[in-house]
Amino acid sequence: MSQAVERPTTTGPTRSDEAADGYDGLRLRSVTRTFGAFTAVDDLDLDVPRGSFFALLGPSGCGKTTTLRMVAGLETPTSGTITLAGQDITHAKPYRRPVNTVFQNYALFPHLDVFENVAFGLRRRRRPDVRRRVEEMLELVELGPQARKRPHQLSGGQQQRVALARALINEPEVLLLDEPLGALDLKLRRSMQVEIKRIQTEVGLTFIHVTHDQEEAMTMADTVAVMDAGLVRQLGAPAELYENPRSTFVANFLGQSNLVEGTVTRRGPDTLTVDMHGTAVTVPTARAHTDGARGWVGVRPEKVLIGEAGSALDAPGGTVPGGIVTDVSFVGVSTQYLVRMPWGQELQVFAQNTGRQQMFGRGDAVELSWRPEYAFLLDHAQDAGAGAQRGDEG
Amino acid sequence: MSRRRGGRTGYLLLLPAVAWLVLFFVVPLYSLVATSLYDPTGSDFRGYEMDWAFGNYLDAVRDYARPLLRSLVYGAVATVLCLVLGYVLAYAIAFKAGRWKYLMLVLVVAPFFTSFLVRTLSWKLILADDGIVVRTLQAVHVLGPDGRLLATSVAVVAGLTYNFLPFMVLPLFASLDKIDHRLVEAASDLYASPVIGFWRVTWPLSLPGVVSGTLLTFIPAAGDYINADLLGSPGQRMVGGVIQSLFTDANDYPAAASLSVVLMALIVVMVLVYVRRAGTEDLL
Repeated sequence: MSQAVERPTTTGPTRSDEAADGYDGLRLRSVTRTFGAFTAVDDLDLDVPRGSFFALLGPSGCGKTTTLRMVAGLETPTSGTITLAGQDITHAKPYRRPVNTVFQNYALFPHLDVFENVAFGLRRRRRPDVRRRVEEMLELVELGPQARKRPHQLSGGQQQRVALARALINEPEVLLLDEPLGALDLKLRRSMQVEIKRIQTEVGLTFIHVTHDQEEAMTMADTVAVMDAGLVRQLGAPAELYENPRSTFVANFLGQSNLVEGTVTRRGPDTLTVDMHGTAVTVPTARAHTDGARGWVGVRPEKVLIGEAGSALDAPGGTVPGGIVTDVSFVGVSTQYLVRMPWGQELQVFAQNTGRQQMFGRGDAVELSWRPEYAFLLDHAQDAGAGAQRGDEG
Repeated sequence: MSRRRGGRTGYLLLLPAVAWLVLFFVVPLYSLVATSLYDPTGSDFRGYEMDWAFGNYLDAVRDYARPLLRSLVYGAVATVLCLVLGYVLAYAIAFKAGRWKYLMLVLVVAPFFTSFLVRTLSWKLILADDGIVVRTLQAVHVLGPDGRLLATSVAVVAGLTYNFLPFMVLPLFASLDKIDHRLVEAASDLYASPVIGFWRVTWPLSLPGVVSGTLLTFIPAAGDYINADLLGSPGQRMVGGVIQSLFTDANDYPAAASLSVVLMALIVVMVLVYVRRAGTEDLL
């Protein structure tokens, strides 16, 4: 992958004036972690505002878990600093920092019952009212009746909630969730997503959630940082990342994208014109992320309109003619088409089943179109297939 | 139908083991207990009579109280020493040895490739009066100028500790190696310093190994007589040695058998109390 990586433009002060500011969130500056010759996290800058639900999203091996472990203190950065509410915690021992973790596979203490698992942190810090607080916390995660059971007597979803309660009861400045839902089945995962989000809103703590599941990151987090090869590729609100990806990796890793090679023929103040295999398409300047003469014109499959060859589609961006439908899959809410274009590439089209539009079959001649405000333009030097092999093992 | 057949297969599979136990454990045990109740005035020459002589037990305890107690104390001290040494070693092998883990385990077992007797005899050289250990201890005035180690309790306990250490290390290693390292990380994440984390997480999770290790060490150590024989003097005689000489030298079978039964009963009671106190029935 040869690509110019864009540093995330985080909100807040820049490097030069960060010295003694009152930033009360979690801040990573130039954090690097190498294991031998392998760089797990590469010169990472990250600001996580207090009270936010922040997701680190990326395929396995992208450095997201290492980042989390450095925040937890279970791993020490090779270089760089980590500050929390203005305090340097880079080298603080894990048991001396106000950060708690919900571990992947929970790591519940098998020799202690649910109550004692949850009470563990309070007892170590000799906090008063252990009994009342634990009972309240078990109430919050709806595990009151299970208090005297051992972890192995609980279901996966219940164990997950014990792990959450055990971390949450300490009211950490930052709660870290390391693929917390990875071991649950799909249905339970969906309900736990809602549950965790509800609890986060209720307690108002900062949550940092590590996941490789883009849907999970987008449903739960306010801010998503997409990581790859130890770097943050893009950071922003889920909708912003999805609608306006800045790299092929993000375009492919978050949802799916059609990426078509094109040559920029005109750069205007508001729009660019790109020659895409003979069809001129326009892209808003704000959505063009390359200065090069060539680029990848991107458009999400659900933004593409499909019509019979020769029909006038409602899209002022110009119509791309000459498509042949090569595959149709009906998935209920939508129909997904694969359309072979004259230049040989197959584009994806998702058509909502509103019941009003025409259905096509394999071999039909069609033309495609999309509204120009949905198109984006990416750096041609980037690999158009980057991020497409999503880690869906969870 | 299939359930019943499955059940029968299970019993059939048990059969060889049960037969073995009956033949080599139940029958000898019965014979031992029976012998312990024979008329104490009998002899090889005159033959023995079964006359339910429960007094044999009282005699055994009265006559051999010192070696009995000595055996239990030596066994206990050796077990505690094994636990301390073995725990550190097993911990290091399980958590710190990295790729040397299995090599180190092989080294723990390696002494078994040499005879028990030879290994115990070699401790005579180590602890010899003009050996380096005694010389050094004399030089630093831990031992007096005429002080010695051989033929003392120290030598016997050292021998026992050395000989039974692998029986402690292996179960401890098995227990420690099973502990998920993430649990230790979780403890650390939940405000437990390494020391507290050890006592709250690692130690309780290693208790099954501690219990089985101490049993595997204590039981044979308390019944051992080779170490006392080779490294001690008559003043360090352990009950195993007494039983052996009663059986083979004095030919006093009833006394030997009743002393064996007493020793066995004592150990069983101690083990039961210990296991209950450790609260590890459900972990075993």
